[in-house]
Amino acid sequence: MKTFATYNIKGGVGKTTAAVNLAYLSAADGCRTLLWDLDPQGAASFLFRIKPRVKGGGKALILGTKTLDDAIKGTDFDDLDLLPADFTYRNMDLILGSADSKPTRRIAQLLRPLATEYDHVFLDCPPSISLVSENVMHAADVLLVPLIPTTLSVRTLDQLTEFVAGFNGHRPDIRAFFSMVDGRKKLHQEIIKDLIAERPGVAATPIPALSLIERMSVERAPVTAFAPRSVAARAYRALWSELRS
Amino acid sequence: MTTPGLREFVLEAPAADDPAQDLLPTVLAALSRAFTVATEPGAPGSGARRYTWLDTFDWRLYRAGLMLEFEQAGRGGRLLLSKADGTPQAQQPVTRWPRRPSLADDLPEGAVRDRIAVLASPRALLPIVKAVSAVSVTRLLNADGKTVARLVADHITVTAPKPDTAADTTAELPLRLTIAEVRGYPGQARKAASVLADVPGVSHASQGVFIAALTALGRHPADYSSGVEAEITATMPAAVAVARLLLRQLDVIETNVDGVLRDIDTEFLHDLRVAVRRTRSAIKLLGAVLPADLATHYAAEFKWLGDLTTPTRDLDVHLLGFGAMTDQLVAASPADLEPFRAFLVRRRAREFRRLAAALRGPRFRAITDDWRKALLEIRDASGPRRRRPTTAALAVGTTGRAFRKIVTQGGAITPASPAQSLHDLRKRAKELRYLLEFFAPLHDPVAYRKVVSDLKQLQDCLGEFQDSEVQREEIHAMADAMLAERAAPAATLLAMGEIAAKLTLSQAEAREEFAARFARFAGPAGRERVRVLLEGRS
Repeated sequence: MKTFATYNIKGGVGKTTAAVNLAYLSAADGCRTLLWDLDPQGAASFLFRIKPRVKGGGKALILGTKTLDDAIKGTDFDDLDLLPADFTYRNMDLILGSADSKPTRRIAQLLRPLATEYDHVFLDCPPSISLVSENVMHAADVLLVPLIPTTLSVRTLDQLTEFVAGFNGHRPDIRAFFSMVDGRKKLHQEIIKDLIAERPGVAATPIPALSLIERMSVERAPVTAFAPRSVAARAYRALWSELRS
Repeated sequence: MTTPGLREFVLEAPAADDPAQDLLPTVLAALSRAFTVATEPGAPGSGARRYTWLDTFDWRLYRAGLMLEFEQAGRGGRLLLSKADGTPQAQQPVTRWPRRPSLADDLPEGAVRDRIAVLASPRALLPIVKAVSAVSVTRLLNADGKTVARLVADHITVTAPKPDTAADTTAELPLRLTIAEVRGYPGQARKAASVLADVPGVSHASQGVFIAALTALGRHPADYSSGVEAEITATMPAAVAVARLLLRQLDVIETNVDGVLRDIDTEFLHDLRVAVRRTRSAIKLLGAVLPADLATHYAAEFKWLGDLTTPTRDLDVHLLGFGAMTDQLVAASPADLEPFRAFLVRRRAREFRRLAAALRGPRFRAITDDWRKALLEIRDASGPRRRRPTTAALAVGTTGRAFRKIVTQGGAITPASPAQSLHDLRKRAKELRYLLEFFAPLHDPVAYRKVVSDLKQLQDCLGEFQDSEVQREEIHAMADAMLAERAAPAATLLAMGEIAAKLTLSQAEAREEFAARFARFAGPAGRERVRVLLEGRS
């Protein structure tokens, strides 16, 4: 089982759309895939038309009174399941803090029993620096970091890289990719070109800012599913083919 | 992800002018009152499928609670092994499926082969039923437009493959509907199943597809057995019971002829030979209740048939045991025996041609046709007939005599007795075994099992003794023949010599074990077990 996590300290950078589309593409490849919507806003759950609700809430899952297995829902797509969001996830930091031991590794621990059932797990994280994000970094094999091509975003990536470098033992690979790219902006083009040249972990495929991607919230499905031949779908496919290797 | 097969329904078998598919709109209308219904073209599992259920001629997989499907995809496909209830057990891809039935041993390496090779070997996997299935999937959505269950409609046409000469039989199965659960929505699947169950003309599927297919084709599973299994009773006139026993053996002979002639696997000939031996024993031991000239004539005819099959079967036995034989080599290497194997294969091909010609010839046809006619006349005779002896009396008399003969002959055998005395005793033991099997329905099952178990131990020992000798003599004879054909390298002859030496050792071991096995069977305890069996008291 390989675990991918979409993470960025900032919100609105395309984390959820990336997680939803990449998870869909993973399943379409025939890999048994689970997407865990960790964001209490429940955007990923909404996009799969699944109610953002977990019986017993986040507390039951984190403290183990309910297994992840019990809360998983099948999506409309073969080989793709979703662990829905729940509004109680907003308190997840507190719940994780109350876990008996190793509060930064609880999510990794909870995922372990699913190793035989899934080939890929995607974690869609809320935007923050918190105990939840630290858990996610410990659980992930690959940290997918969507970057809007701005100087500040690049700084964020540096900070994240430095933070992960300080981990003892397991460290996720950091794979950044450009998101919400406006091809008409010269600054975007320059930053993309420079960063890809300077950083080995940055994917060459940018995800453009397209209204079709925003339309996912109307269609309530991955763009890769409802418009598979679109520019947006092609971009996600190219990105997935870079990341899965 | 879905879990298919949660609830399976079958639409009622339609009248000729009311095709089953016409009920589908009614089903969808009923479901649309509880869900939004959306067809899902191209859904996983939808579209056309071609598959074939495979099993050995004697249903070894079915009897072991397994089902094997070959699912065709292009020129290749995959093998799917499941339990009788459909639970998947193993699968493996196969690049192509041969036109001829394939031996289980010849399957490519893979998870399915690992599971079934020992069970099915040395038999071939035959196509039992072929199916063409057209599957359509309908999504059942909740108010959010989320798929919460699926309706899978499977329209299946099945065919029973026949030998080249006969036309295939085809049947259409009633439309099968399955509600497939979407993970995390079991309540919705239950709801859909309950809606479906209330639609007139829809009922829960009482049979799996394989069994339904067999039923539609006029067959039932495990419809072949090489056993005795004749319907006889204790009070039946003995002549009728014997006719029934012999008719059953004739059925086995005739059922296996096609497999022998097509040379599908070695066990067709084996079963045919066992039925011939049983027939000969029955004629010899029970023939007194049949018209005298009938028994005499057919004793000779079935001897001819038995002798006809011997050379091919003996060579089959050598070839089947070849691997085990090479494994025993100490001084020689398995490669040394390859010319011997090639010789066996050549000789077997020659003997098989002779056998096949005779089985296609008029003498064999006359035996089977006239024998059946004569036996049916005895079985179905309508006029007054002799009520005595009864079958029970015949069973007690013949079985008791056969047992006493073994006690006498076996008791006279000493370490100095010639090998022939053990060979003769083996024949008597086989005759007793057949008598026990013929009359098994009349015996108490517990007492029967005890006697047969003792007898089997003795038979195994006598079989090992004689087979070792026969095989050793055959190896000598074949070495001579190979030399005459200049097909015998020195290394091969030496390896054959080593095998012959091993057989001599096996025979000596069997001889050493004989006294103990015989004492167990024919000693006071063994005699008491036979007395209980025949007199019905302990």
